[in-house]
Amino acid sequence: MASAPATTRAGTPAEIPGFPMARAAGCPFDPAPELSARAPVARVRLWDGSTPWLITGYADARALLADPRISADVRLAGFPHASAAARARRTRARTFIGMDDPDHARLRRMVTATFAIRRVEALRAPIQRIVDQSIDALLAGPRPVDLVQAFALPVPSLVICRLLGVPYADHDFFQRRSRVMVDLGQPEERVTAAQDELIEYLGGVIAGKLAAPADDLLSRLAVEQVATGALSRREAALMAVLLLVAGHETTANMIALGTLALLEHPDQLAALRDADDPAAIAAAVEELLRYLTITHSGRRRVAVEDIEVGGRLIRAGDGIVVANDAANRDERLVGDPDRLDVHRDARGHVAFGFGVHQCLGQPLARVELQVVYGTLYRRIPGLRLAVPLDQVPFRHDSAVYGVYELPVTW
Amino acid sequence: MRVIVDQEKCIASGQCVLTAGAVFDQDEQDGTVLLLDAGPPAELHDDVRRAAALCPAQAIIVIDS
Repeated sequence: MASAPATTRAGTPAEIPGFPMARAAGCPFDPAPELSARAPVARVRLWDGSTPWLITGYADARALLADPRISADVRLAGFPHASAAARARRTRARTFIGMDDPDHARLRRMVTATFAIRRVEALRAPIQRIVDQSIDALLAGPRPVDLVQAFALPVPSLVICRLLGVPYADHDFFQRRSRVMVDLGQPEERVTAAQDELIEYLGGVIAGKLAAPADDLLSRLAVEQVATGALSRREAALMAVLLLVAGHETTANMIALGTLALLEHPDQLAALRDADDPAAIAAAVEELLRYLTITHSGRRRVAVEDIEVGGRLIRAGDGIVVANDAANRDERLVGDPDRLDVHRDARGHVAFGFGVHQCLGQPLARVELQVVYGTLYRRIPGLRLAVPLDQVPFRHDSAVYGVYELPVTW
Repeated sequence: MRVIVDQEKCIASGQCVLTAGAVFDQDEQDGTVLLLDAGPPAELHDDVRRAAALCPAQAIIVIDS
């Protein structure tokens, strides 16, 4: 190992790199090269000067995220928040993702039935209709067109609206505020204002469901949990905001960024387009989830006991950032990990995280992406970028990576 | 092979159902795991081991006899 780094008078080693690190120009699909250059367990410096541990290896990532000695409680002193705005939005409106068991389990189980495999499979046909109609509208419209606004954003929005029981007519209102909420570069006041507006809006929707329940998740939440006193109206509204934002921001970005990645890898696009077998499309979805890992700000935790990982000692109270994008490019998951290969078996990736907080919406995300990737390129086989790759604006400062715009034509 | 599931640990991710649907199902009320076959046949063993590895809550225990 290299000689010990010089320390400042405060005792902080001078060589601790900043996090996040910049992706390489021209390699927009790959995690920052510096991520894999680091030791697999090493300290990084965040926006506020704090120095949590960064975990980049696949085995360590899985082990830590499943370890009972870590906490997801966003209120804890050492919690490594991604920005001041992220800290504010996570702590002032805490949902189960920022809690540990038993609270986390109690709250999460109020909504898990909706995301059971059988229930989500029953949505496949309606999702197919939404995708078909969206593509019809796309084909009837002008070109070039921004695929984000015209397709990638509307499809998951329509789906999550249907699932939750939120009127799609309000999509402009909630899409704008969702984007602000996940933007790590926004000032705190803008983020909390957007959050408050969404909380108020969804509180109103839930109040409506109490009066007139329908067959949707927010009605079930209202009737089964709010009306019985198991959940306050505010808690229900916070949960609704989480589901609404998480339910469309992420999938929209997988659709747009996945399309771009496939356009840049035409052999992979052709393989996907020509695949007849649902299993082949499902495999392609897993590989794109692995390869892109859009939740690129990392999984954030705090150690509540000392933990030994990769020969280093993480002390109780230390912050931990699990770089699941780097972990998904580890050879211990798949060979030649930086190659996009839609034929490989990429199951076991940690794009949805791991441990008890693994993404609640993953079954829905999978069905949506299987339908989208299995339909879009067949319906529009001549789809191509309408601008050079270096003019596509990437969401470097968002908690959810992707593209802000994707001008395409055919 | 004997399979044991821990419903307390289960977070209802459904990954076991996707991986070994003949062995695992989900409860109607909250989606937590239901074990359909505690002694699955040999042709399902690989899928069951995969399901145990993929389970985010590590709620599936496989005992190879």
